[in-house]
Formats: sequence, C-alpha cells, structure tokens
Amino acid sequence: MNIARIYAVFIRQIFLYKSNPTRIVSTFLWIIIDVILWGFITKYLGSLGKDTFSFVNIILGAIILWGFMTRIEHGLMMAFLEDIWSRNFINYFASPLKIGEYLAGLVTTSITTGICGFSVMLLIAGLAFGYNIFKIGLFLLPFLLILFIFGMAMGIFVSALIFRLGPAAEWIGWPIPMVLSVFSGVFYPVSILPKFLQFFSKIIPASYVFESMRAILAGGLLFSPSASSASTGSPQAGQALTMNLFIALGLSFTYLLFVYFFFIKVYRYNLKHGTIARFNIE
Amino acid sequence: MNETLKAAGLIKEFGSFRAVDNVTFAVKPGEIVGLLGPNGAGKTTTINMILGILEPTAGSIEILGRNLKEHRTEIVKQTNFAAVYAQMPGNLTVYQNLYVFGLLYQVQNLKEKIKSLLRDFDLEAFANTKAGLLSSGEQTRLNLAKALINEPALLLLDEPTASLDPSVANFIRERIKKNVAETNTAVLWTSHNMYEIEAVCDKVLFLSHGKILLTGNPRTLPAEYGKKDLEELFISVAREPLFFENI
Repeated sequence: MNIARIYAVFIRQIFLYKSNPTRIVSTFLWIIIDVILWGFITKYLGSLGKDTFSFVNIILGAIILWGFMTRIEHGLMMAFLEDIWSRNFINYFASPLKIGEYLAGLVTTSITTGICGFSVMLLIAGLAFGYNIFKIGLFLLPFLLILFIFGMAMGIFVSALIFRLGPAAEWIGWPIPMVLSVFSGVFYPVSILPKFLQFFSKIIPASYVFESMRAILAGGLLFSPSASSASTGSPQAGQALTMNLFIALGLSFTYLLFVYFFFIKVYRYNLKHGTIARFNIE
Repeated sequence: MNETLKAAGLIKEFGSFRAVDNVTFAVKPGEIVGLLGPNGAGKTTTINMILGILEPTAGSIEILGRNLKEHRTEIVKQTNFAAVYAQMPGNLTVYQNLYVFGLLYQVQNLKEKIKSLLRDFDLEAFANTKAGLLSSGEQTRLNLAKALINEPALLLLDEPTASLDPSVANFIRERIKKNVAETNTAVLWTSHNMYEIEAVCDKVLFLSHGKILLTGNPRTLPAEYGKKDLEELFISVAREPLFFENI
C-alpha cells in the first residue's frame, strides 16, 4: 500500500467536491431532511406518549446512526461512480495504482463525507430538538465502528456489483440501506417482525446496534437478535449487550473481508474479459 | 537488456474469437515503432495488454527485462500512455489532473514538474480550466503532458493525433520526437495516418486479424512490395491479408 497513491484517489474526490457545490449539497441534503422530518415526528409522538417513552432519544438516535451508515455506503459508491461517469478506469488501472489502494482511497473519501454528514446531523438534532447522542455513553464508539465497517462493506459490495454488471447497475446501490432498514430494527424492535424475517435481522450487524441502543436508552431491556429472546436486569443485560457487539463486529469484519475479495475477483474477471477498457458500454 | 518492451507469443481470445494471434515483437530504447492495421486488427487489444488492463490468454510481456504480470506496479511506474479513448477526467482542471496522476506515478518535485509540462505543452493559460472544457487539441496536449509526467521508459500512444488539425498534430509529433531524442524513450505508436507513421516511426508492424503480417522500415517497405507508398501498402494488407500471410 502506497500512501501517495491512496491520497491521489482521495484528493481527486476532494477536488470534485470543491469544484461543484451541488456535490456538497447532495451529501447533506437528505440527511438534514431526515433529521428534521423525524425530529418533528418524534416530537409529535412524544406528545401522545405523555413522556412515558423517549421517542426523541430512541428514534432520532436511530435515524442519526442509520444516516451515518448510509452516508458511508453512499459516499464510497458515489466516489466509485465518479470514476465511471468520467471514464477514468483506463487512466487509473493503467497507472501503478493497486486495487487495494484504489479501495483504500474510496474508503478514505467515504470516512470524510460520513463524518461530515454525522456532525451536521448531530448539530441539527441538538439545536432543533435538544437531542444529545452522547446519552448512549461509551457504547456509542463500538456502535459507530460496527456501522462504519458494515457501511463500508455495503459500499464495496455495491461497487463490485456495478464493476461487474456495468454502469446500468448503478441503481442497485441507492435503495439497499432502505431495504436493510426493514430488518435492522432501526424504527422498531426486531421482535415485531415475523419469525422468518427475524432470521435476516440475525445476519445484519446493524440490527444488533439498534437493538442494543434501544435497550440502553430504554433503561436495561435488551433483546438479543442472536438469541431471539429478551432479558432484563443488569448483569444479564450487560452480558447480552457485550455479546451483541461482538457478534455484530464479527459479522461486519467477515462481510468486509468477503466483499474485499469479491471486488478483487470482479477486477480479475474484468482484466480477463477486457471490461476495464470498454466499461462504459457494458 | 536490449529491448525496453518484448512481447512474445501474445494471444488474446474472447470466447472463440482470437483478437490477437501469436504476436511477437520488441521495441528498443529510443525507437519509435508503428503498429498499423485496419480497424479491428488487434492494435488496441495489444496495447491494452501491454498497459496491464487486459490479461493475455497466452504469451508474455517483458518491460525493462521484467515480466509485467509479476511486477506490474513497479514496471508501470516507468511506462505511460495517451489514447484517444482515454481522456483525462473532464471534471478536474488541467492542474488537478496532472497533480493527481503525478501522485499516482510518484513523481518527485511534482509541482515543478507540472509547471514545466504546462509550459512545454502550452497549457499555462488553461491550468485552472476543467479538462472537459478544452478543445480536442488542448485535451490531446493534456493527455500527452500526463503521459510524459513520469518520464516513462516506454510510451504507448494509441492514435494520439486522431481528429486533430494538421498544426496541432504536427506539434504533438514534434514534441514526442523531441522527448524520444532527449530521454531515449521507447515508443509504440498506432495511427491510421500513413504520412505521420512515415515521418516518425523507425519501424512498422502491420497487423491484420490479430497477426503481424509485415515488419520493416516505413520508408523502404512499400517499394519492397511493389507499392508506391505506405498508404497503398496499408490498403493492400487490409484488403488481401491472406496474400501477405502466405509470403
């Protein structure tokens, strides 16, 4: 891995952001709308619930964390798409750039846009709705780490699919977070889902994060997707929470490793079939 | 090590179609070799294999004495290319493009190098212009500036002057010839402009249906086959490849 070449991929994306404000707007617009929309919805729901349940803390917190993961996935995919749209693959892959360095450059870009988006969401949620994500406590760090790794894995997976199927497959990347949110317990506990759908929750790392977050903010009730059971009380809940995080981290790293090799496999397929040189006609 | 580029027994098959058929040739330092042939002859496929963006079905490519497949990153640092179908990203400025590709090729004193390339290729006035807004001639000059940014030992040029007016095409040819004279760069050059090939190339390879049919000096080769010039020879090779295959 050569830092200068990773930096080259990253700085190209930064040049693009600097050159056209619409790229910056597209990075922040949807997440700002999400926070404002859900902020008001939760406020309204809170008024119905008469303070028996903290809608703002739980739902807005979930929206912000989900937005963070989505930004990581979309940030990586957008950076990849920029190279498709500008027909840059021949220039890149005929240079000394290694495929791992290229991916590292895309990941660095998505970290930057993801952190910027996350900060803006926190700022708006704090100023407009008095929301403080740090109420989650130190668990926020592993939550963010899990969502970051899973978001990265999704971004690389989608990019690999587009790399294999051609630019026409671009649409695949946009709705994936929305589809996964059905099974991830972002807006509701996983236990609400029918049993057969809960299977999907078990293999999605994000579901462990949202279940754990809800448990922490609700004061100890913890549903474990891994065990499909609920537990209460401090020692057991603590153990289940830790177990959840380990499972989610393990799953995230496994997916990341899998999609990294998948991307390399697609790259080798394209090398063999001449797809890199004539990618934009695929 | 005598040759900068050595391609041996190069074959590329796409399913049952053989695009490049057992091609063997070499390019020495300071030599400009023209790769000629009708559309679909296998020129770009050959160049793509040398660039490392297409894997040969069989055969080997050695650049500076090292196998491309085994030492791609190290070798590619010392090669570069310009092709009519591989423009610099249009949404970056001329300076940003050179900066990004200078980083990729790990160019030392990059900012100084960019300044000198902008001057040499008459691009100073366009340094902050997006590449997509440049004219064809300016874009070609930018492509060539990028191709020379790492002072390559091997330069691959796929129709570098296609669709350019004669003045710009002449500028490009002279600039490349000057570079070869100064740095001893080996050049593999494809073109459909026979006048250009005759003016710049030391040797030509005629490719048809993926096979090299003729090799020789572009200034003497037509007479050897009873043709008045390179263009007439090209037309004969394109229309009657079997005749030349059996010579």
